[in-house]
Parts: sequence; C-alpha cells; structure tokens
Amino acid sequence: MSASAVHSLWTTAAEPISKIDAPKIEYAQLSPTLIVIGAAVVGVLIEAFVPRKSRYYAQVFVAVVALAAAFSAVVALAASGYGTTKAHIAAMGAIAVDGPALFLQGTILLAGILGVFTFAERRLDPQAHGNRVDAFAAQASAVPGSDTEKAAVKAGFTTTEVFPLLLFAISGMLVFPSANDLLTLFVALEVFSLPLYLLCAVARRKRLMSQEAAVKYFLLGAFASAFTLFGIALLYGYAGSVSYATIAHVVDGTITNVDPALAGTMGNDVLLLIGTALVVMGLLFKVGAVPFHMWTPDVYQGAPTPVTGFMAAATKVAAFGALLRLLYVVLPGLRWDWRPVMWAVAVVTMLGGAIVAITQTDIKRLLAYSSIAHAGFILAGVIATSPDGVSSVLFYLGAYSFVTIGAFAVVTLVRDAGGEATHLSKWAGLGRRSPLVAAVFAVFLLAFAGIPLTSGFAGKFAVFKAAAEGGAGALVVVGVISSAIAAFFYIRVIVLMFFSEPKPEGPTVAVPSPLTMTAIAAGVAVTLVLGVAPQYFLNLASQAGVFVR
Amino acid sequence: MSFPLLTATAVLPALGAIATAAVPAARRVAAKWLALLVSLGTLALAAVTLARFDPDGARYQLTESHAWIPDFGVRYQLGVDGIGVALVALTALLMPFVILAGWHDADPHETGSRRWRPTQGFFALILAVEAMVIISFEATDVFLFYIFFEAMLIPMYFLIGGFGDRAHEHGDEAAATQRSYAAVKFLLYNLVGGLIMLAAVIGLYVVAGSFSLQEIVHARADGSLHMATSTERWLFLGFFFAFAVKAPLWPLHTWLPNAMGEATAPVAVLITAVVDKVGTFAMLRFCLQLFPEASKWATPAILVLALISIVYGALLAVGQRDIKRLVAYASISHFGFIILGIFAMTTQGQSGATLYMVNHGISTAALMLVAGFLISRRGSRLIADYGGVQKVAPVLAGTFLIGGLATLSLPGLAPFVSEFLVLVGTFTRYPVVGIIATFGIVLAALYTLVLYQRTMTGPVKAEVAEMPDLRVRELLVVAPLIALLIFLGVYPKPITDIVNPAVKQTMSDVQKKDPQPEVEAAK
Repeated sequence: MSASAVHSLWTTAAEPISKIDAPKIEYAQLSPTLIVIGAAVVGVLIEAFVPRKSRYYAQVFVAVVALAAAFSAVVALAASGYGTTKAHIAAMGAIAVDGPALFLQGTILLAGILGVFTFAERRLDPQAHGNRVDAFAAQASAVPGSDTEKAAVKAGFTTTEVFPLLLFAISGMLVFPSANDLLTLFVALEVFSLPLYLLCAVARRKRLMSQEAAVKYFLLGAFASAFTLFGIALLYGYAGSVSYATIAHVVDGTITNVDPALAGTMGNDVLLLIGTALVVMGLLFKVGAVPFHMWTPDVYQGAPTPVTGFMAAATKVAAFGALLRLLYVVLPGLRWDWRPVMWAVAVVTMLGGAIVAITQTDIKRLLAYSSIAHAGFILAGVIATSPDGVSSVLFYLGAYSFVTIGAFAVVTLVRDAGGEATHLSKWAGLGRRSPLVAAVFAVFLLAFAGIPLTSGFAGKFAVFKAAAEGGAGALVVVGVISSAIAAFFYIRVIVLMFFSEPKPEGPTVAVPSPLTMTAIAAGVAVTLVLGVAPQYFLNLASQAGVFVR
Repeated sequence: MSFPLLTATAVLPALGAIATAAVPAARRVAAKWLALLVSLGTLALAAVTLARFDPDGARYQLTESHAWIPDFGVRYQLGVDGIGVALVALTALLMPFVILAGWHDADPHETGSRRWRPTQGFFALILAVEAMVIISFEATDVFLFYIFFEAMLIPMYFLIGGFGDRAHEHGDEAAATQRSYAAVKFLLYNLVGGLIMLAAVIGLYVVAGSFSLQEIVHARADGSLHMATSTERWLFLGFFFAFAVKAPLWPLHTWLPNAMGEATAPVAVLITAVVDKVGTFAMLRFCLQLFPEASKWATPAILVLALISIVYGALLAVGQRDIKRLVAYASISHFGFIILGIFAMTTQGQSGATLYMVNHGISTAALMLVAGFLISRRGSRLIADYGGVQKVAPVLAGTFLIGGLATLSLPGLAPFVSEFLVLVGTFTRYPVVGIIATFGIVLAALYTLVLYQRTMTGPVKAEVAEMPDLRVRELLVVAPLIALLIFLGVYPKPITDIVNPAVKQTMSDVQKKDPQPEVEAAK
C-alpha cells in the first residue's frame, strides 16, 4: 500500500465523528424479519419469566401469531407492489425487497407455521409420568442415560426453547435470500445455521444419534461457513466492496470512481474466481448438492423428525434463494465461467442422489437422498439463467417444501416401542393397517417422483422446460433419467406399504393431534392443487421472478 | 356453449371412482353396483358421442378448448376424430363387462383393518383408469395427453399389484411376490418410457412454442414452423419409445406377460384391450402427425420390429404353459400387426390397424374373460391342469372356442376383417413384409387350437370333473361380446365408415399416397 493511500485512510478515520449519518432503515419493508426476530426475543423472555407449566402454550401461541403476522406483512408488501414495480434495495443496500425475496419469505413463513405445528405435537409419544411430551428431550443439557435426565423426565420438563430457536432460524432464513451484500449474507447464514445445529441435537429418543448428527452438522457447517467467509474476503479484495451491486459492476467492467487504495488488487480475476467458488461452495453445502452433501443423510436421520422436515424444506428454500440472487445479480457477467461447473454439480447431484437412495433401508435416510436428487433438479432450473429459470425454481421450492413437511410429518406417526419406526421393513403392509396414512404418504411419494397431477410434476416440468429453453437440453435428459431411477425407490416404498403382508409385530400408527393433522392436510392439499391447477402459483412465481439490482 | 360431451364422458367415471372409493366398508355390494351403473352411464355418453359424430364433418369434432396452464402453454383441449371416437366407444363398451367379470375378484377374504376396503378400491381404480384412458383418446393438446398417459399408470399399478387371482392368494407368499414384481416391472417400463417422452415433450415445446396438436400440424404444413431433420428425428424417437413400451413392441414387451399373467383376468383385459391401445393410438395421432418426415425415416426399422413382434410373440405363445401368458404373447403378436398397419402408410393398412384395435379389444376381452372364469374354477393357470372341460362345461368351452377363433382371425369373426386389411395394406407397399407377417396367422391357428385341444378336449381330468358351467353373470359378460364379434365380422361398415375419413386425413398429413396398382400397358 502506498504512503498516500495509508495517509488517506488515516485522514478519513480522523474525520469528525458527526459526519456519520444515522442509517436510514425502512422498517415497514423489513417488518416480516423484524416481527420474527422480535417474537424470538419474546420467546427467550418467556423461557426466563413464565412458569414452566404455561411456557409451552405461550411459546406456541407467540410463534404461530408471529409467523402469521410476518406472513401477512409479506402479503401486504407484495400486494402494494414491492414484489414488482416498487422493488428496491432497503436498509442502506443490505437487504433487497423484491419479488424473489418476498416469494421465498412467504414460502419460508408458511413452512415455518407448519413446522411449529409439528414441533408442538404432544400426542404421539407416550406420556412420561403422566405428562404429555413432544419429540424433544426433557432437558437437552442432561447427559443421555444419566440420573439428571431421569429426574428431568420425571419432573415432566420439556425443551420449550425449541420455539424461540425455530424463530431465530426462520429470521435468518428470511434475510438469507434477500441479503444484498456479502456480509449480510454471512450473518444471515450464521443466524439460521446455529439454531438448526442446536435443534438437531435435542431429540427425546435416540439422543446419542441426535447429538452425533448435530456435531456432524455443526463441524461440516462450520467448515462450509469458513469457506464462505474466506470467499467473501477474496471477493472483497477483488471488488473493493461487499455490496452485490458494486461487485456486479466490477465484474461487468462498468465501475467508476475506484478507491485508489484497492486499485492494486481490484479486477484480479484469480480473486474473483476463487472467491466465487468458495462462496458458492458454502451455499451448495446448505442446499445439499453433491459433492457437499455428505452431512445430509446423517443429519436428516439423527435430528428429531419435525426438525428434519422443517430443515429439509426451509433451508433449501433459503439457500436456493441466496444462490439464485448471487448468480443472477452478482455474477451474470461470469455466467460462462460458472455454468459449466454448475452443470457438472447438477448432473452428479441428480444422479448421485437418485442412485444412492436405492440402497437405503431407513425412510429418513431415503428421504435425505431424495432431497439431494431434488436439489439437482432445482439446480437445473438455476442454470437456465433466464426469468423462466428463476420463476420455475421459485415454484419448485414452494411445491417441494409442502411435500417435504407433509412427508416427514407422516414419518412421525408410524411408531413402535422404540419411538418412530423408520426402518423400511417395518413399513410393510402399512396400507392394510392404516389405509389412509399409507395413501397420504403414497401421494407424497408420487409427488416426489414427479407423477402428473401432483405438484412434483408441475415443478419438475417447469424447471426442465426452463433448462431446455436455456439451452441445457442434455441436462434435461440426465434429469429424466435420474427421475426414472428415483421413481424406482419411491415405488419400492409404495410396494412395501400396499403389496406386502403386514408383520404381526409391526408398528402402529399413532393418532396425532389436530396440529400434525393440519400440517399433513395442508401438504396434501397443496400437492394436489399445485398438481391440477398450478396456474395461479406459476403466475405468482413469474411475477416474482425479477431480481432488483 | 354446447354441452361438453367429451369432458362429461371422462368426468363421469372419474366422479364415479371417487364415489365408489367413498362407499363404507360394510356396503361392498353397493360399491359394485355403483361402479357398474357409472360404467353403463359412461357407455351411454359414449354412444351419444358416437351418434353426434359426423364422419364426413370436420377433422376434430365436439371440440372443447379452455385455458389451463398458460405459463406452460397448455390448454385443456379436447376433440375427437374418427379414430379417437371409435376407441372411446370401445373403452366405454368394454368397461361394464370388465366390472361384471371382476364382480367377485376383490371380495375381502381376510380381516384387515376396519378401514381396509379392497372391493371399493378395485372398482374405483377401474373407473379411474377408464376416465384417464378416455381423456387421453380425446386430448388434442400434447401436454394434456401426456399428463393422463402417465397418470393412468398409477391406478393400473395398484390394480396389478393389489389384486391377484383368488385361487392363488390363500397362503401363497410366492404369488404375492410375483405379483408385486409384475406391478413394479409394469410401472418402471412405462415410467421410463414416459419420462423419455417428457424430455421430448419439452423439446417439442422449445421448438414449436405450443402444445396444441392442430396448431403445430398447421404450422408445419404451411411452413411457418421449420424443424431441423435431426431435431425432428430425436423428438420422434422420444415419443415413439414411450408408445412402443405401452403398445408394446418387441423388444420392449417383456412387462406385458408378467403383468397379464399375474393380474386378474378383468385387469388383464384392461391392460391389453384398453390401456395398451393408447400406445398404438398415440402413434397414429402424435407420431405421424407431428413428425411426418421422421416417421417415414423410421418406417423400415419399425416394420422390422413389428414383424419380429408378430412372429416372436406367436412363437412364444405356442410355447406357453400358462393360459394367461399365452394370451399375453398372442396380444404382442397382434400389436405387431397393428403397428405394421399403421406404418405401412397405406389407407387400408391404417384403417385396418384402427379396426384391429377395436376388434382386438373385443376378441381378447372375450377370450381372456372366459379364460378367467375357467381359471377361477380350477384355481390354476397351467394348461396341463385341464382336460376334457367341454364335456363338463360345454357352454364355457364353446365360448372359449369362439374367443380363440376370433383371436386366430377366422373369417366371419371381426378380427379377420382388420387383419386382412392390414395385410393387404402392407402388401401393396411392402410385399415381402406382408408375406412374412402372414406366418403370424398360421402360428395363431397353432397356439389357439392347441390351447383349446389341451384344455377342452380329451379325457376329463379328475380335478375338472365337478366344474360348473358358466353362470348367468358370466354369460351376461360373454354373450354380448361374442354377438359383437360376429356382427362386426359380417358387417364392419359402421366402424370403417367412421374411421376411414380420419385415416385419409392422417395419410395426407404424412404426405403419403396409396401405391397405385400397376397395369401392364396393352401392346
């Protein structure tokens, strides 16, 4: 750094403090996120001040009301045109309020409400010492199998902290797809990841597996975050700014008034390429794309099933949102560099997820690999680099999250003495025992498989069509081949449920409270409606398909 | 707006399926009657459709068109030409017989859950298949067609996997395993075909910007839509693959014997007489019209495959020891004839092929349903387990013989007319192919007559000595089918009148003319 540059830095720092303006924050436009964060803080206070007996009700109430209010705020913002004509950058360039952001926030909030419902379910686990309990540990800090734990169970403790944790995670997810600079992106990433790591660890049953899942998720997630941060540093070195708009300008070569202090490194393509690769890697980790998918099966299996369902749906939505914004807003000028790489990632993700899923014997692991395959299908839409590509991905994410939450909610119902019976062999003959539950699960599986008249088909068609129009015909062919492979294992589960004789010692299907029932019913309804009459939602998605820059 | 007759024909069985599924567990019999009534109502609607259809009128009639998913360029667009209306009528006609023949096939024989309602499920699934098949015969939007072409696999899959021959079920784990194997094989073959078609459907949209059959055909005809030769060929192959799996054409046929062997006889009829027709129908409607050049390009290869299907299917039928599998291989042979007729690209050939679809539906239904009655009496599908049945159950044996004779295309019965037309139509353009195909008929005589001889004639086997003859319900199923076979054998004009204009239209789309007979000039 030259002497004059140092001098300019020093003199800048010595400017009178009064020259820093107070940041201008558009509170109304950020209200969805602010409501959720506020509710999460209230949730923490409830933990501190409300008597143990009434905490559960207070927490559920606060969470549902906050999420519903935030959702109304999103709808109100969209209705007053922030998704289309009034789309702009808020909060001093940190947050974008535009179509994709609002659409994804709406999806995340709906998934969050259904998530709260499944979190709050207290009829499935047998009562412990006369207390209704949920899927979460009596006292997460108690060592599994210890006397403290037994005492906690006996006292009827429950981990009501899961609700504020969920709200914090949701608030991070709301910011993630709307982050308009790399630092906000990173903060949002951490805000939603840390609560999820914790939530994974607090299963009531199979606690060691749950903790193991959390540690794996945390370690790998921490590495991914570190990579992302490193990438952000390199991109800053490249562009001299963390703002998406500025980086995009530097990539396009249309930047004016370069900071002389950064002129030395600025425009260095090595920094750009490595930085992009690292940031995208972090996002692909969250999405669960091959080869960054290793955590998915273990975490999906070990985490409490309601958490898995929520995480599988909402994390994907948030992470794909951020990925789309990064690739479409910041790096369209770099398209010819990232497209081949993303092609390869999409191909191995689709094929890898579908092929490995065939050998799975645990329903949660199976759904984990299936989610990997789906990440591949969505990536095909991302690669399209067209407005159709954006709207198809938005639609797919909306459709997929409801199917996922519904499917995992059904998994929580099938139980034997050891809790949830997730081994596939135990699902044999379920169709004979509980035709309704099996039929509902079959609907979800058919949607995953992309059979026409379900939302899965409409979504798959949308992304493949966008990909084909974007010149990725070969990707579509790989996509249909992996769909065919994937269909095999979905059908295998259906065969098991309907065409196998029930085993005498097989699991029973617990009758859930209206909460889980609502979540499942919403999943089925959305799956069928989006399958038969998707037009309204496709419209919504295509109106929302334009990023603000 | 006039009454949406085509929609009604498809919606009635769909609603019937939902209603049937909703019948309480204790009221099984009500579910059966409901299903039968719905299928008869659908038949009535199909009859009205047939009556309203004017063979010399517009290409597509009774059309309906509504916006459905504008974002995908998809319209809910229905319309029938002569070929479509004939097949809708065939489907609606066969359903009451299928339901009546399967009257007791799904009675619960074990106590499952209170909510387990196999009977309701069975009849609801049959009606669901009917609705989806009918709408795919009526769709003039490629996407709409594709949706139901794929979706019908699911109810079909549950019908094959969920309901087997009653005689086999008691304590027979192996039969259940084989059945679910057959169901999975059916679904996977067809799903793979369908997914490859999906890629082609998307490709077609990218190239043509529309899913409307008529729009694309018009645009291609007036030159406003140009398709590169290689693109057209790839798209054609994508479509054809799916239809060839469904039809089925050798070497994609292997799912059919499994599926027909393991399914109950009415479901087997549903597969071969109704669902598979969608494949051959779609070749005529979509492959030839959308991709005329590619169709001509692929003709030689397809003719060879069809010939192999004819001869190979017939040869394997001769070697079968299982009655239902024998009928399945015979069907493969017959589908070879249908495809041969379609791709011979002559008017007689295509008229014959369409007529063949209808006649094959009726004759296979007759043969298979009687075979089903026979099998349900003895509890075995093996030919060797029978002998001398005609002495104890003469009516059963007699109807079985007529069904068999129809299968081997005896003159005077309906299939003869269509097979003759196909052979003549093929011969005028490809004499060698026509000659080889004729061997299929010889082999058909062999496998049918040997089947009859081994099961029905000879000394009465002890196990069949007590076999009751056809009951009233069973006669009600068989008699009308046989009457139809004889009627259409003597007087096929009602169908050919409807079909011929549509076939001429298709021929002009492919820009093919019938070869003119060469008359040696007088010296």
